[in-house]
Amino acid sequence: MRTARGTATSPGTDGAISASDLLGIYETMVLTRTLDERVWQLNRQGRAALVASCQGHEAAQVGSVAALSPGRDLFYTYYRDLGVMISVGMSPYQIMLGYMARAGEPMSGARQFPTQGAMPGLGLVNLSNVVATHMPQGVGAALAMRMQGRESVVAIYFGDGASSTGDCHEAMNFAAVHRLGVVFICENNGYAISVPLSRQMAVDSVASRAAGYGMPGVSVDGMDAGAVLEVTTAAAERALAGEGPTLIEASVERLRPHTGDDDDRRYRSPDELQAAAVRDPVAALRSHLMADGALSEARDAEIAAAAAREVDEATDLAEAAPLPDPSTFGEHVYGG
Amino acid sequence: MTVIQAVREAMAEEMVRDSSVFVLGEDIGARGGVFLATDGFLERFGPERVIDTPLAESSIAGVAMGAAMHGMRPIAEVEFADFIWPVFNQVVGEAARARYGTCGQVRVPMVLRAPYGGGVRGGLFHSQSPEAYFSHTPGLKVVAPATPYDAKGLLKSAIRDDDPVIFLEHKRTYRLVKGEVPEGEYTLPIGRADVKMSGSDVTVISYGLMLHHCAEAARAAAADGTSVELVDLRTLRPLDAGAILSSCRKTGRVLIVHEDTEALGVGAEVSANVSEHAFEHLDAPVRRLAGPEVPAMPFSPPLEAQFMITPDRITAAIADLAAY
Repeated sequence: MRTARGTATSPGTDGAISASDLLGIYETMVLTRTLDERVWQLNRQGRAALVASCQGHEAAQVGSVAALSPGRDLFYTYYRDLGVMISVGMSPYQIMLGYMARAGEPMSGARQFPTQGAMPGLGLVNLSNVVATHMPQGVGAALAMRMQGRESVVAIYFGDGASSTGDCHEAMNFAAVHRLGVVFICENNGYAISVPLSRQMAVDSVASRAAGYGMPGVSVDGMDAGAVLEVTTAAAERALAGEGPTLIEASVERLRPHTGDDDDRRYRSPDELQAAAVRDPVAALRSHLMADGALSEARDAEIAAAAAREVDEATDLAEAAPLPDPSTFGEHVYGG
Repeated sequence: MTVIQAVREAMAEEMVRDSSVFVLGEDIGARGGVFLATDGFLERFGPERVIDTPLAESSIAGVAMGAAMHGMRPIAEVEFADFIWPVFNQVVGEAARARYGTCGQVRVPMVLRAPYGGGVRGGLFHSQSPEAYFSHTPGLKVVAPATPYDAKGLLKSAIRDDDPVIFLEHKRTYRLVKGEVPEGEYTLPIGRADVKMSGSDVTVISYGLMLHHCAEAARAAAADGTSVELVDLRTLRPLDAGAILSSCRKTGRVLIVHEDTEALGVGAEVSANVSEHAFEHLDAPVRRLAGPEVPAMPFSPPLEAQFMITPDRITAAIADLAAY
């Protein structure tokens, strides 16, 4: 399988993930991080509104998409999924148009917050900021795929906070009852804004709930792209075989506050923040690839420079783009 | 033919015509729906297109919406409109905004059917009229037919519509109201009111079950020498302002009747339209006769009767207005 970013992936017949697969994932993770960090800086400078950083989630996001097939599969994401969006084929320029709220922003015409809306051609739907409403919708998409006889996996991404909602429960139950081709991917970073996991659930893990729905639940280290790729591949195979949904819980770190408007020092101790900061999935994969000899310092510098160049260009182009024409604001309320 | 038969025929015909149309909801399979709207559908169309869902309304709407975004035309049934509140987030918050929030890239051609209304000994939780909540929302269409002919033609249009449609069927009309329905294929346009009785003295505007009470009242008024023009809104969003205003200009006296709460109800919007655009044609203040200031319809017969608007009360209101 291939992601739109060209990272040819999926474990070989022996289950092993090749170094070149991981290198492709790494490149996409670096681009995601570079873009995310740039947006964060622009937000701090007052040049980009509202950012929900995905830093710390990159391995879970890029690693899972690497097991799926943009073009064939559908991606129902939430607001912290920049890495998924880049992986399925959105460009930094398209993303940056959203952060600058410019005309031509492809997901919503800049009517919505950055990264919200849809890219139907990429199978990407990120319609709403309301937590977990997309989960039953993704299940409905999987129902449509089956009714139309289309071979497709629907990946539904959500956070640990979303797992508390009724919609999450209803979505998982419906998907399991009807054995739909869904992969539920929980990016568990331990916080719903400021509320820690211990106040979110009385069980040890989100994945443990899968048993209650009659589907497999898998906990995976979401900082390990290879491990995420592996479990998502198995879940996708199960979905495509008509065996029903899987719940994957990827444990990740939230390396930034909830959004640019949040201050996580109000509810996370300095020690905790320091411990989180060293658990960086991008750095971890870099070390792994270098230790394996798959990545040299020189090649790494090239990857970083290419990402910085692409993000620079995207920033300049987006900032130069015009704002939406106010006369268009009444369009597309109804069809026809 | 009855209203429920018309609803059933409309859905069956559309399912035959278009393989992307399917039904989902609680008890709609082997049970055929609690009001038998989908009676025989499971045998005829199979479990793939007649989906008994878990008892969870938010996912009924959310799953329908997701399927609608990817090429299907779901008809979701909420068993009673009283159970519609869990779908509010999916329908008002999400489906209504999908097209606008993607700048036209996503459409949600789904129908959400719900039996609503009282006068059936339904008590607080089987009698409610939720139309005002949905009619407030741009992006949705809200249809509330009163006759078998309108129910069939409008439901077929709703199923073919590319936007989310809330289709409200007054449950008291299901078997009470009978009417002619042509043999052949027909549809009726959403967004058009219908003048059910032509008259010259007073315009009475209504929809759903109350439309029939208004017709009875209009016949009584005619016996007293007052000529009533009876306008059936049929669609509550978008309102047919043209039809409303043209009748108001003709009679100069307007009474709006609905079972739903008066305050901030459909009648308030109709009244505002008339005041803004036909003020100079009015010979009397616009009057409303609508649901009282209690949260829902009580169960015991005398209490329920106190809530429901009767033909006699409408006749009296027409006489008052004619005498103004």
